[in-house]
Amino acid sequence: MTGLIQEAFRAAVAAGRRAARQSVSSSTGRPRGLSWIPALTLGLFLGPILAGLAGTLLPAFGVLPVLGATEPGLHPWRALAAAPGVGGAVAASLVSGIGSTLLALLIAMAAVGAAGGTRAARVLRAGLAPLLALPHAAFAIGFAFLAAPSGWIVRLLSPWATGWTYPPDIALVQDPGAIALTLALALKEAPFLVLMLLAALGQVPAGRTLTVARCMGYGPVQAWLKAVLPLVWPQMRLPVYAVLAYSLSVVDMAMVLGPTTPPTLAVLVLRWFGDPDLTLRLQAAAGACLQLLLVVGAIAGLRMAEAAIGRLARPWLVGGARGGPGRAAQAAGAAAAGAVLAAAIGAVLALAVWSLALRWRFPDMLPAAWSLDAWSRALPGLARPLANTLAAGAAATVVALALALGCLEHERRAGVRPAAGGLWLLYLPLLVPQVGFLFGVQVLLVSTGLDGTWPALVWSHLLFVLPYVFLSMADPWRSLDERYDRAAACLGARPARVFWRVRLPLLRRVVLGAAAIGFSVSVAQYLPTVFAGAGRLPTLTTEAVALAAGSDRRVLAVTAFAQAVLPLAGFALALALGRRRAMRRWMGRAA
Amino acid sequence: MSATSGLVLERVALRLGGRRLLGPLDLTVEPGRVAVLMGPSGSGKSSLLAFLCGTLDPAFVVEGSAWLGGRALAPLPPERRRIGILFQDDLLFPHLSVGENLAFGLPSGLRGAERRARIEAALADAGLQGFAGRDPATLSGGQRARAALLRTLLSEPAALLLDEPFSKLDADLRARFRAFVFDHARRQRLPTLLVTHDPADAVEADGPCLTLDAAGD
Repeated sequence: MTGLIQEAFRAAVAAGRRAARQSVSSSTGRPRGLSWIPALTLGLFLGPILAGLAGTLLPAFGVLPVLGATEPGLHPWRALAAAPGVGGAVAASLVSGIGSTLLALLIAMAAVGAAGGTRAARVLRAGLAPLLALPHAAFAIGFAFLAAPSGWIVRLLSPWATGWTYPPDIALVQDPGAIALTLALALKEAPFLVLMLLAALGQVPAGRTLTVARCMGYGPVQAWLKAVLPLVWPQMRLPVYAVLAYSLSVVDMAMVLGPTTPPTLAVLVLRWFGDPDLTLRLQAAAGACLQLLLVVGAIAGLRMAEAAIGRLARPWLVGGARGGPGRAAQAAGAAAAGAVLAAAIGAVLALAVWSLALRWRFPDMLPAAWSLDAWSRALPGLARPLANTLAAGAAATVVALALALGCLEHERRAGVRPAAGGLWLLYLPLLVPQVGFLFGVQVLLVSTGLDGTWPALVWSHLLFVLPYVFLSMADPWRSLDERYDRAAACLGARPARVFWRVRLPLLRRVVLGAAAIGFSVSVAQYLPTVFAGAGRLPTLTTEAVALAAGSDRRVLAVTAFAQAVLPLAGFALALALGRRRAMRRWMGRAA
Repeated sequence: MSATSGLVLERVALRLGGRRLLGPLDLTVEPGRVAVLMGPSGSGKSSLLAFLCGTLDPAFVVEGSAWLGGRALAPLPPERRRIGILFQDDLLFPHLSVGENLAFGLPSGLRGAERRARIEAALADAGLQGFAGRDPATLSGGQRARAALLRTLLSEPAALLLDEPFSKLDADLRARFRAFVFDHARRQRLPTLLVTHDPADAVEADGPCLTLDAAGD
């Protein structure tokens, strides 16, 4: 699973940066056949985002013809300012969004820095794929099962350390300070940053730079911070911004773990969008714009902080202090990596145990009686969401693969270099808060009668699946030794045959890895499913989040566990298919 | 044998996955001498340098021992070995100016005017007067190579390892930079170990020369 995802994601950082090799088959004289694919991809991709932003911006200034609102004005903003809890909601969003991003970055740097040597880094990589594949909603629910007053952590400490014989009446999750949400977000996003950091390190002479610095007498921590981190930071910027944007505007995790009165801004805005009182739509649109401003402001703030730190740290960078052996930092890094791993494993285990628990008294560590009762109660209701999840995931992944492969193949045949701005375009859906444009998309869907239909659902997932699929394939695709293509072309193979019989088989593991990533991204989508599915196409994710507000822990555990396992199954399948022998059998049949 | 003030390798052999990659080697490099290690790629030359630096992947099994100035190297972490290394790429830090790159090498004990003076002297030595504020990316290949050597020397190493540092330079530049490096190594009385493909390097080095076979052949 490791090599697969590592190989697949290596691209993410270099994509757009590295020039495509001059295409061989451009000389075969048929570069044009695929030129419509990049245009189609951009249209499918940017169209909804831009239309969605416009469809959110207009109502924010009083224009929403379907509700009879045609008089432009600032009244939605006045309503927003007067709405109770907006200030607290913004504060909760900022605290959890910025706090979790910085914490995740710290965890990622500590873990990667401590791993240092190749062996530990390999272990770290091995853990990444399942951690990344774990959907946010399932992780949040499992995290709640760990951290709640009656959760495993309190049980572990009770009554011997806490004296509690009943679950304490303290808000350990959904706390007003958003601490639980901040921690959970940091633990969930850290693996993504670790992956990006490892990929970035692969793009620079990190090992030799570290050697040079250490041979000049620098301790491991100082050498890493002063010589290696500045090398990779430019490539970490976009991933960090993506994490920041995501954390500031996350909905599903905030609904499960975040404060409730008021909730974070994204959740509050979503409540208004869903309110039976339709006049709240305008205020909600203004709130969505405010959410957008928060993200833009936070990213700008981070950029400025980064520049200021760069200036202030200069004397320290070149002052010559060598630092010690860094054992404390090493230990902290190992502890950080351990915490990430323990939280994920603990969350999934908690889901599994709760789904099988019949009687589980506080503060027992395990249930007194086990039963499949919850599973048999939950399964009939899960069949349809499960089928929807699988179908939407498979469809979005297949479309994304086709578009991404088409774009890359066109790029190769036509010999075009990937534009530097392309990377920003790809990251766009990851940087724009979902709640900021999905309402506009919904308005569009309703007016075309497409809301609640399959094409709408798959399309909305595609917006988020495509960037990951493309990023994970781009670099391996671009850097595959072109002599294979040339050799095949010299044997008389047309470009199509080169593509199907040479490139795809050679890069099968990359393509399968990208498919598994795409599927896991689709499974995790909450807000797009809510908006595009219009409640008629429930998935495991929407079911799990809806159940999280209820009281049946066991059925909730079953649903969240199923959601957690599905992407892992996707990765396992990709891994099995990626094995050489399976591939050869498949090729043998195809031939 | 370990009492010498130079760099000493005693029966050093490297193994990887049960396969012998290199050695056993015996080598003594006196201060101010340049020893040459020649061999095809894959013969374990770079692994030997990594072993001396203390950055060898733990997957390797090492036999024998290495000494510098009478100290055994094995128990020391890389930062306490006082071994400077120069690679094929100059590895000047792109986030620092030329002067700041040199300052990175200087020990922290030097402060203020003294620190600036040392950097200025090093810049002059490298023919880079007035280049302190420049971005390393704006330097020529030869200038970058000289700056990289001086950065290493400012960190006051007790030995110098050279991992094919001339191979990316064109012939004319190569000869001049080689003379520059050897001259500095001899003047500072550093035991120096050069890994190379180029027989001309061995002639100029005028020190002990070892030739490795391709591993597994």
